[in-house]
Amino acid sequence: MTDETSAVVARGLRKTYGRTTALDGFDLTVPRGTVCGLLGPNGAGKTTALRVLTTLLRFDAGHARVAGHDVTRRPERVRAAIGLTGQYAAVDETLSGRQNLVLFGRLRHLPARMVRQRSDELLDQFGLTDVAGRSAATYSGGMRRRLDLAASLITTPEVLFLDEPTTGLDPRSRNGLWDAIRTLVTGGTTVLLTTQYLEEADQLADRISVVDAGRVVAEGTPAELKTRFGADRIELVVRHAGQLPAAAGLVERVTGGQVHVDRETRRLSAPVADRITALADLLRALQDASIAVEDVVLRRPTLDEAFLNITGHGASERTEVAA
Amino acid sequence: MSTTVEMVRRPSSGAEQAPPSGALGRLRWAVVDGWVMTGRNMRHVIRSPEEIVLYFSLPIMFVLVFGYVFGSGMAVPGDGSYREFLLPGVFVMTMLYGLGATASQIAVDTGRGVVDRFRSLPMARSALLTGRAGADLLRALLELTVLVVCGLLVGWRWRNGVGDALAAVGLILLLRLAFTWLGILLGLLVPNPDTVSVIVFPFAFPLTALSNVFVAPELLPDWLGAIAAWNPLSATVAAARELFGNPGTGGESWAAQHALLLAVGWPVLLIAVLAPLAVRRYQRLSR
Ligand SMILES: Nc1ncnc2c1ncn2[C@@H]1O[C@H](COP(=O)(O)OP(=O)(O)OP(=O)(O)O)[C@@H](O)[C@H]1O
Ligand SMILES: [Mg+2]
Repeated sequence: MTDETSAVVARGLRKTYGRTTALDGFDLTVPRGTVCGLLGPNGAGKTTALRVLTTLLRFDAGHARVAGHDVTRRPERVRAAIGLTGQYAAVDETLSGRQNLVLFGRLRHLPARMVRQRSDELLDQFGLTDVAGRSAATYSGGMRRRLDLAASLITTPEVLFLDEPTTGLDPRSRNGLWDAIRTLVTGGTTVLLTTQYLEEADQLADRISVVDAGRVVAEGTPAELKTRFGADRIELVVRHAGQLPAAAGLVERVTGGQVHVDRETRRLSAPVADRITALADLLRALQDASIAVEDVVLRRPTLDEAFLNITGHGASERTEVAA
Repeated sequence: MSTTVEMVRRPSSGAEQAPPSGALGRLRWAVVDGWVMTGRNMRHVIRSPEEIVLYFSLPIMFVLVFGYVFGSGMAVPGDGSYREFLLPGVFVMTMLYGLGATASQIAVDTGRGVVDRFRSLPMARSALLTGRAGADLLRALLELTVLVVCGLLVGWRWRNGVGDALAAVGLILLLRLAFTWLGILLGLLVPNPDTVSVIVFPFAFPLTALSNVFVAPELLPDWLGAIAAWNPLSATVAAARELFGNPGTGGESWAAQHALLLAVGWPVLLIAVLAPLAVRRYQRLSR
């Protein structure tokens, strides 16, 4: 994939705020028609990267192209090709939902009739028809978020930027948005999204870039990242709490990995290299030591683990995705 | 979110115009977008009627309090009714107080996320500022209409024909435009809308007091009179009095003799200085 045919190309982006370095050699390539997920802990520079790529923010060094246009030299071309839903709702609170969409449609220089028609379609699709006449200030957080998303879809963008698009959405709206994104991608749109929900990245993204301290530190498909940075785990629950220490010793000897013990649930877990051998060896050892086991599972690595291993710290306190 | 399949039906293939590359095309977009933003800002005015009522209560109160309570004790140079002398001053003063609204609305607009949406759209970037100016002028026209009706009710008249009266209104609006740019600059410098709407008062009040709005400069001590005569507010007030044919015009000073010239010169000078400063500050939003 060459730079010319990619929807988003960033090379060596640097951006400092006073003494804070928000972007520190940020490189990214997103092929056309794909979904790229940016993952990273709070303050990693995800929002800053999106703001640079959407022409909202000047940067100190490096260069970036979006939809084939240089972000610095042809910002107006970039703006005509993109849609953006930022981390914080960007709607006019005083205006009603419909007035917002009509305003943004007119500022995209669509004919008036088409603007009205398109606004009604979007209000319907995002479940806002009932509140379309109310001022956005009276909307709930999720409703405002949906209006914000609708506003970035008035015209079908070539490249759609979404900064934590489903934060604050109920599961139904979240699924709806995921469907909408998949449909857009089928139509040829490229999507670059940031998220704190690893499950979301897993579900949506063709490729994931993990951002930490202003640069991309790992990149690949969700499956690649999981195998590269995560490990299969074996988990077992012993019947008698008194046998936990003995069981932990056995698990450690068999797997050679660090054992995690949860006293409350009498659960032990450890990473394993060879799933089946480890399982067989462990069961035999447990039987020999007469340790009663209630449950044994082998777990595939999760993106969560991969993420923790890459960045050395959690996505954030907001990471809710089940392990 | 019901069906999402239609979402991809490209709503606009070809309908959305590419950004213009020529200077003329750019200008057309700047005008069109400025007009759309003017409409958006006017909708804000309409959406908050209580603000309008509050807004008009101040100048009307000035007309009543100064015209009837203090007015009996106020002298007008030459002869004439104090209320007729007062009204052009109140017109201009109302323009000055509009500055606070300009500043706080700019602060609200640029402080909230919505400015990011505007700045990521393929619209003319100037439209956020020109739309503000357009809405301010429309609103000022509305205010002037209300004040003129009030004035007519308390005995104020224009006496030199409609042409001169319209010229006076034009000069008053020109000054309002200068205040708009000052308001935009303030709103960008002090991005807290609550603070900025209040900081306007400590400097608007002395500016009004040290002018010819309430008292003719000749009746003030010499040095105060000189300041009052050169005050940009005074220039517009004096020119408006002249054009409306209201009492209290003329005077010894050069400034008073050339009120019309100054009423054009001051606002033009202010705009020439303030607008580039405000635009520069506005561009710094992308830092
Ligand atoms: N306007 C600003 N002024 C000063 N520092 C800033 C500004 N914006 C961002 N930063 C800093 O830049 C760094 C990157 O911030 P950014 O918002 O890009 O992180 P993020 O990855 O989006 O985090 P989050 O997951 O919390 O949204 C942080 O250290 C932040 O404090
Ligand atoms: Mg962020």
